Amino acid sequence: MSDNGKFEPRIVGFVCNWCTYAAADTAGISRLQQPPNVDVVRVMCSGRVDPVFILKAFAEGADGVIVSGCHPPGDCHYNSGNYKTFRRMPLIERLLEQYGIEKGRFHWGWISGAEAPKWAQLTRDFTEQVRNLGPLNWKRMFASKEE
Amino acid sequence: MSWVTLTIDGQTIQVEEGKTVLEVARENGIHIPTLCYHPALEPYGACRLCVVEIIRKGWSSLHTACTHPAWDGLEVKTNSPLVRDVRKTIMGLLLSRCPNVPIIQELAAEYGITAPPFPVEDPTENCILCGLCVRVCNDMVQAHVLNFSGRGVKRQVGPPFMEKTRQCIGCGACTSVCPTGAIEIVLEEAGVYQAKPLGPTAAIYVPTLQAVPRVPVIDTDSCIRFRQQDRTNGAIADACGACQMLCEANAIDFDQEDEFLDLDVGAIVVATGFEMWDATKLSQYSYGKSPNIITGLEFERLSNAGGPTGGEILLADGRKPERVAVIHCVGSRDHNAHEYCSRICCMYSLKQAHLVRDKTGAEVYEFYMDMRAFGKGYEEFYERVQEEGVVMVRGRGAEVEVLPSGKLRVTGEDANLGKLVAADVDMVVLSTAIEAPHDASEVASLFGLGRTPDGFFAEAHPKLRPVETNTDGVFLAGCAQGPKDVPDTVAHAGAAASMALALLGKGEVTISPAIAYVDEQFCSACKTCISLCPYTAIGFVEADNVARVNEALCKGCGTCVATCPAGAITARHFTDAQILAQIEGLFRIPVIEIPNTQYPIPDTQLPPTKESNHER
Amino acid sequence: MPDNGKLKLGLYWAASCGGCEIAIVELREKILIVDQVADILFWPVAMDFKYKDVEAMPDGHIDVCLFNGAIRTSENEHLAHLMRRKSKVLVAFGSCAYEGGIPGLANLFDRQSIFERAYLESPSTDNPQGILPQTSYQAPEGEIHIPKFYNTVKTLGQVEDVDYYLPGCPPQPHQIWAVIEAILSGNLPPKGSVVGANDKTVCDECKHTREEKRIKKFYRIHEIIPDTTQCLFDQGLICAGPATRGGCGALCPQVNMPCRGCYGPAPHQIDQGAALLSAVSSVVAADTEEEAARIVGEIADPIGTFYRFSLPSSLLHRVRLG
Repeated sequence: MSDNGKFEPRIVGFVCNWCTYAAADTAGISRLQQPPNVDVVRVMCSGRVDPVFILKAFAEGADGVIVSGCHPPGDCHYNSGNYKTFRRMPLIERLLEQYGIEKGRFHWGWISGAEAPKWAQLTRDFTEQVRNLGPLNWKRMFASKEE
Repeated sequence: MSWVTLTIDGQTIQVEEGKTVLEVARENGIHIPTLCYHPALEPYGACRLCVVEIIRKGWSSLHTACTHPAWDGLEVKTNSPLVRDVRKTIMGLLLSRCPNVPIIQELAAEYGITAPPFPVEDPTENCILCGLCVRVCNDMVQAHVLNFSGRGVKRQVGPPFMEKTRQCIGCGACTSVCPTGAIEIVLEEAGVYQAKPLGPTAAIYVPTLQAVPRVPVIDTDSCIRFRQQDRTNGAIADACGACQMLCEANAIDFDQEDEFLDLDVGAIVVATGFEMWDATKLSQYSYGKSPNIITGLEFERLSNAGGPTGGEILLADGRKPERVAVIHCVGSRDHNAHEYCSRICCMYSLKQAHLVRDKTGAEVYEFYMDMRAFGKGYEEFYERVQEEGVVMVRGRGAEVEVLPSGKLRVTGEDANLGKLVAADVDMVVLSTAIEAPHDASEVASLFGLGRTPDGFFAEAHPKLRPVETNTDGVFLAGCAQGPKDVPDTVAHAGAAASMALALLGKGEVTISPAIAYVDEQFCSACKTCISLCPYTAIGFVEADNVARVNEALCKGCGTCVATCPAGAITARHFTDAQILAQIEGLFRIPVIEIPNTQYPIPDTQLPPTKESNHER
Repeated sequence: MPDNGKLKLGLYWAASCGGCEIAIVELREKILIVDQVADILFWPVAMDFKYKDVEAMPDGHIDVCLFNGAIRTSENEHLAHLMRRKSKVLVAFGSCAYEGGIPGLANLFDRQSIFERAYLESPSTDNPQGILPQTSYQAPEGEIHIPKFYNTVKTLGQVEDVDYYLPGCPPQPHQIWAVIEAILSGNLPPKGSVVGANDKTVCDECKHTREEKRIKKFYRIHEIIPDTTQCLFDQGLICAGPATRGGCGALCPQVNMPCRGCYGPAPHQIDQGAALLSAVSSVVAADTEEEAARIVGEIADPIGTFYRFSLPSSLLHRVRLG
C-alpha cells in the first residue's frame, strides 16, 4: 500500500536482453513515465523464461507477471528463441487460470528494442489492470486460510 | 597471325595482316583526311578524300586508303604531289556540292580552295552521300530506316519514299556519325526521347564523376542494342555493339548479368545507406507541381559540372534564377514525417546557398528552424555564407505556392520578427530528410539486427559500441546506423572496417561465457532439447548417451535450459538458481511504510526472515 | 522393551491408500530379514498399536520411522509431530509423504467443495439431512472428537522436519531394501536427501527408442495404440518420464503406459509440473502463435496432467482459495 492507501501491485517482468530489455532501457533513458511497480528480471532470450520463474514470482508474492521478447518471426536475436515462448505461454496461461490466477495478472507478448513507448504504455496499462484486480499475495493467502 | 611490312611516306612499318592502309597510317600517326570513315563501320570509299598513291611491284596507282588492304611490300605515299592534286579536285567537287559545311570549308582551305570551283546547284545541301548514316542504321542499329535512293545526280539518303516512319527508334546514331551535320532529329513526341534535364544522358556512362571503380555502365533502357532486343523480342540481338567494337581493352560484355555470389566471410559491414524522404508526402511544399521546386539532391545534380547544365544553376526554361529559397527540415524534425534531425541538411543547404550566390548572384532566402553547424569549421562557414548576403529567415518554411506567373511563393513564420513572411522566388530547394531504406526491415532480419525507433539499424550501445551490432561479426557503417555527414561517415566506416579487420586478424573469436552446458550426470537422454537449438549447438552423443553443447556454436539464449525437464542443462551466468534468487530478492525487502519516506529499511534493521528453502 | 541391539522401526500411514505398506510386504522373504534385524515398535496397519504407547516412549526412542501418506487431517499432522519427536530418523516414505501424491490433487478444491461432493452430491450418497463431518459431536456417552479435515493437503516435509525422502507410488521394493541396507550399514547420505531413487530421470531406464521431438498433436492414452518400441512422448502421449526422477525401472512406459510422474522432480528441478510443461510445450511443431496455441490448447486439465503427484509440493501448492 502506498501513502494514500491505494493498493500498489508488485509486478515481475521477465524480458529478453535484446528487445524488450532494450526497450525498457530506452524507455528509462528517455524518461518515459512508468509506474515503479514493475520489477524487471533480465534473461538473454524470452525462450529462457522457464515456467518455473513465472510460478516462483507468483508464489513469492507478485500480483502480476509480464513475459516479453522479440517479435516473431524474425526479430529474435537467436532466430527462433521466441518460438518456444509462444509455444509455452498459452499453456502457462491455462495453467494459471486453473490455479485461480486471473488472466489479467499474466501478460506475455512482444516489444522490440524500437518500442520503448510501447513498453512504458504496457507497464502503465498492466499496473492499472492488476491494481483493479486487487492483491493476489499468494503467500499470505496460503498462510492465512491454511489449517 | 602473319605479319606484313610496308612503307608509308618512307616509314617502314610492320603490322599484322588484315588491316587497311588507312588504319595502319592512323595507328602510326600519319594523317590522311577522310569524311566517310568510322572505325565501327565497314569502310566504304565514298568520299574519296583518303586517296593515296600506292606503288606495288613498280606500278603506281591511286587508291582509297580506307578500302585498300595493307599488303606486304606496299609503298604508300599519302602526300605526294599527285595525291595532293587529286585530293584538291575532290575537295573542289565536295565544296561545290556543299558550300556551307564548315568542315568541308576547312579541308578545302587546306588545299587552297576558298570558293566552290564548280557551279553550285543547291547552297543548302549538306549531305555528301558518304553513307555513314546508311551503314550505321542498317549494319549496327539494324533499324533499316535510312538508305540511298535515286541514281547519279538524283542520288539521295532518306527513309523509304522520304516519308516519316515508325521504324525509326530515334536512337540518334545517324546524327552522331554524320560528318557534316546534315541530319537533325526532330522531336515530335515531347518527352519521349527528350534528354531528361536532371537524369542520365547517355546509354553508356560513368555513374558519377567520383565513381569507384571508375568504369562505365550501360543503361539498358537507352542502349540501342538492348532496346532493339526488347523491341523485337530478341530477334535482333546484335544491334550496334559499337562500344564493344571500339573498346581496345575488350571490356564490354553484353551478356554480363547480375549474379548472386555465395561467399564465406568472417565479418560483415552493413553499409546499406539511406534513402531520400519523398517530398510529395507533405503537400504544402508543392513538390512535383513545378519543375523549379527541387530537392537538395536534385540541386546537387544541377550544380554539378558533369550535370546536364554543365554546372550552371538554371531554371527549367533555361533562365538564370533571380531569387532562390532554401527550406530546411523538410520531412525531418516534423511530427507529420520524421521526428529526428537529419543532421546533414543545414550544412548542405548553406553550401547550396553559397553556390547560388557564387554562380548566379541571385538573392537567397534560407528558411531554417535552428542552424545546426556542429562540425569542425561549420560555424565559420555559416558566418561566411551570412556575409555573402544570404537572407536567413528563422522559422520553418510553411508553404510553397505555385503562382499563375510560374513564380513560387514561400510563406513561413519569421520567429525573430514574430510575424509571417512571404517571398516570391524563381526556385525553391527543399532540404529533404534522409531516412532508412524502405527494405531495412528485411536487411535487419537477414543479419539479426535491431532497429531504433527512427528505423535505422541499432548499434550495440549508443555511446560505447556505436559500430558493433548485437550480432557478433556484423558491423555498421555510415547512414545505415543513422544520419551522418561525410566526415562522420568516413570515421564510422573506418571504425567498422578496422573492427572487422581486428576480428579477422586475431584468427580466433572470443565467445561469450554466458553459454549453456549439460551436466552429464543428470542428462537422461530424453532428447527434448535437440530440436530446439536454433544453432544446432546442442547435439546428442550416441556413444555416451548424453546431449552435449558445442561451445563454439552456442550463443547462450538458454532455450534448452528452460526446456530441459531433467534440469541437467545450466545457462552459465543465468542459472536457474540466480534467477530464482533474483525473484526472491525482489520480495525480500519489504517497503516498510514510514511517514514521509519511501526508502526501504536496510536489511540489517529488519527482523530476521526465514530463509526460503528450495529443498523439500 | 529391552535393548537387544536391533533397529527400532516405526511405520505410520497418514493420508494414503495403503500401497506403501503393501510395498513393504512386497519385500517378500526379505521381510524375515527385516524381522531379524529390526524390532517394529509401531505399525498400525499391520497390528494393533495405540497412540498412547508411542506417546509413552522417550523422545528419539525409535531409530527410523517410515512415514507414508500426505497430511490431510489434524490427526495426520499430530502424528507427524509425534513421530518426529519419537524418532531419530524420519523418512517421508512414498510419494504422498514426499510430494503430496494423489491425495494432493484435492488441492484443486477446498474442504467445503469436497464435503459437498462427497457427502451431498455424489450419486451413491444418501444424506437427506445434509450432515457434514463435525470435529466434535455430543453423543449420549460423551463428547466425541474426530480429526479436523484441512482445506489443503500438505506434504510431510511441509509440517515437520524430514530427514530423508523415499519417493514412489509405491516405492519399489528393491529400492526400499537398498535403503534398509543403507540404514543398517549406517551408510547414510546427507540429511534432506532423496533416497531410493536415481539422479537421472525415467528416460534413462526406459527402453523405448527416442528421437528429436517435434509434436504436431497430443493424444490421451485412450486415443491411440502406441508403437511399442518408440518413445511415447515422441508419439504425442504426455509422458512425465523426462521430468521424473528415475529409480522405478521405467515400469509404466515398459508396458506402454506413459509415466505418471510418481517419483517426483529430477534432482535440480523445484517444480515438476512446470518442468514437464516446459518440455512438452517447447517441442510443439508450430511456427506461428495461432498454431502453437491450438496444439497446446488440446491438452486437457494442465494441473492434473503435469502435477498428478506433486501439486502440494509445487511452488503454488494449491489452487487459489476464496
